[in-house]
Amino acid sequence: MSPAFVSAHVEPSRLARSVATAVGDGGRFAGLVATAHDDGSTDLRALVATPSELATIETVLEPGVRGYPALTPLVASAGWYEREIHDLFGIEPIGHPRLDPLILPLNADDQRPRPGNREGPTHLEPDAAALSSHLGGEGVFTIPYGPVRSGVFESVEYLVETSGEEIPHLRTRVYHKHRGLDRRFGDFQVADAVLLAERVEGTASVAHATAFCQAIEALGGVDPPRNALLVRLVHAELERVAVHLDSIIRHTEGAGQAVAYARMSLHKEGVLRLRARLCGHRFGRGVVVPGGVAGPLALSPAEATVEVTRIDRAIAEDGHALMATPSFLDRLRGTGILPRQLAFEHGALGPVGRGSGLAADVRIERSYGAYQFLGLEAAAGFAEGDALARQRVRIEEISQALHLVRQALEELRRSGSATWSHNVPPPDGAAWSSVEAPQGELVYLVEAESGRLVRVKPRSASFHNLALFAQAFRGDIFTDFVFIEASFGLSIAGVAG
Amino acid sequence: MAWVLRGLRDGVVTSRYPRRPDGYGDGYRAALSVVEGADAAAVDGHLGEKAALASLCPTGAIEVGGRLSVDRGRCILCGRCVEARPDLFAFDPAPEVATLTRRALLVPREHDDALELVRSELAQRVRVLRRSIHIRHVDAGSDGSEEWEVAALTNPVYDVQRLGIFFTASPRHADVLLVTGVGTAGMAEPLRRTFEAMPEPKVVLAAGTDATSGGLVYPTYASGAGIGSIVPVDVWVPGSPPSPFSLLHGILVGLGLLSEAGSET
Repeated sequence: MSPAFVSAHVEPSRLARSVATAVGDGGRFAGLVATAHDDGSTDLRALVATPSELATIETVLEPGVRGYPALTPLVASAGWYEREIHDLFGIEPIGHPRLDPLILPLNADDQRPRPGNREGPTHLEPDAAALSSHLGGEGVFTIPYGPVRSGVFESVEYLVETSGEEIPHLRTRVYHKHRGLDRRFGDFQVADAVLLAERVEGTASVAHATAFCQAIEALGGVDPPRNALLVRLVHAELERVAVHLDSIIRHTEGAGQAVAYARMSLHKEGVLRLRARLCGHRFGRGVVVPGGVAGPLALSPAEATVEVTRIDRAIAEDGHALMATPSFLDRLRGTGILPRQLAFEHGALGPVGRGSGLAADVRIERSYGAYQFLGLEAAAGFAEGDALARQRVRIEEISQALHLVRQALEELRRSGSATWSHNVPPPDGAAWSSVEAPQGELVYLVEAESGRLVRVKPRSASFHNLALFAQAFRGDIFTDFVFIEASFGLSIAGVAG
Repeated sequence: MAWVLRGLRDGVVTSRYPRRPDGYGDGYRAALSVVEGADAAAVDGHLGEKAALASLCPTGAIEVGGRLSVDRGRCILCGRCVEARPDLFAFDPAPEVATLTRRALLVPREHDDALELVRSELAQRVRVLRRSIHIRHVDAGSDGSEEWEVAALTNPVYDVQRLGIFFTASPRHADVLLVTGVGTAGMAEPLRRTFEAMPEPKVVLAAGTDATSGGLVYPTYASGAGIGSIVPVDVWVPGSPPSPFSLLHGILVGLGLLSEAGSET
């Protein structure tokens, strides 16, 4: 059931060239992940996605090798990944244009965490002196915004370089809330590591748990029962609805649409309550387990369908009214434009990519779980690339998601099976897995040695997309900031790790 | 105009809590308890069984010393123990889980002489904070879900403005510091500075199991065992994440308007 993962091995000196060739041949750069080993060597794995498969190009840096020719000069979207790897492993991508610390600014003498390695530092203090304070040009000053923000937000620091109203340059600092999760995974047994996966990006718990479990199931050669896949889909799609509503709510708040804010917040609360009624947790935690799900839905499919239909109608009506409110649309139209070409070159994920004319959606391209037998068609695309296009994508996706949920509930109603999970043998080996999280493609790498988790690396869509955030400000001014940020709809927890 | 009518569509959806109990809040998995009378049976067990009991919990919240107890400040409500030993552990649906001391999160509770002192000191301090309360929220390394539950307090269902509670952007205007997250090394200083920028009197809430103990994330090289070592905490609200009702109860406990979990008054 898991889609094909093709891998090629190359010499470190050939990595950048090979990745660039794969991307030039129509691939989409989807990430770069490192794993340290106890013998001092380090694996580097680049991910290149095509519509049908996720290919990896791998290399091994022998013990003592502290650098390799950087990917970024050839594949710009590798920029953040190489900065992350430099922070965590101390490995230098030679020729990287801007190797500023990203998730862990450290003193040059500090020991690096090197996830995958059994031994690691017990405490590291971020050192702000390691950060560059470079300024853009004459008459330009920097306005720091964060990490403590004005409102109930996750902590992140934006450095706005400006000469007044416009935002020519923006730098994003996410290291404040870095939790060191990459190393933490290694402390757990598989069954408990799922709980940590749920907390990597707490608003996308179901997506993370599913991606992690799919990798474990691939290693064990186990297919979860059909029923379990349907339950996973119900929770995953309700999660998508909640995350998309959250983005819409933040738009309405920014635009001062008090009634729309209240209405959409009410609907989001309704979705969280429905999720709690289905499994006992407002964020769907504890539902997905290796080999299937913890159990059936706590509501009968018929009861759940009634509630889903009610929520669907309510959101659709208010969404329709909102998209016909000129004072709202004026704030979004033409704001935060992410040109199609840029989105394509970077491989923008999820609603951010789909608002700029891209179609990438794991549920369709590398279909998994219950999506394989429910059938999902690509939602209507929008190509304007502005905050409004991203908003339209979300409204479409909410209705599509609730339709999928009703389909899955109908299948569950007809199913007589009472098997909810299969046993999965202790994992051994390395596997990749991907799902379409609410924010876009989420990839997990799981490496295990006879049951022990050596390396678990979530690559969230938030991480991949946030690198694009600074590029969406051409011609925009300060008051647009809130909409551009909300329309990206990212989770900083998933970026900082 | 259309929006005005739309706003009236569903009538009043706002909870009456805390004036009246709320059915939803009371039906929610809010905390873990040790089943009454289960104590003796567990402690009588031989050493192997004690270790097996403690190992049920991925965060080490189960303590089998002289008696069987659960540290709600460490519990992430995963339910492993309830599933394995329903005779010993159960979910408690009441959302009123906030306490005034870290120690009071240990259930079943033991009598604590110091608690009375803590309570009266807090009551003294917050006497002037009554009808217009401003909250400053700081994320010190959360997973992102706590922010949703905090933000939910302003939705029409919880609507904390009806109680004279508001969120503020400036620490200078804030009476309550509501902190989420494990207390990462990178957020320690910004959190400390926010606390120092707030005028007296002030109240600090640790919102969630992560903020209380570091939850499942602690220990790593970058995460703290909660925020208690960074700022002085007045109210502990466990939960992973805590529900909006639990948060609201915690805020009102911090203001001396409601009594904390397990208090006799």
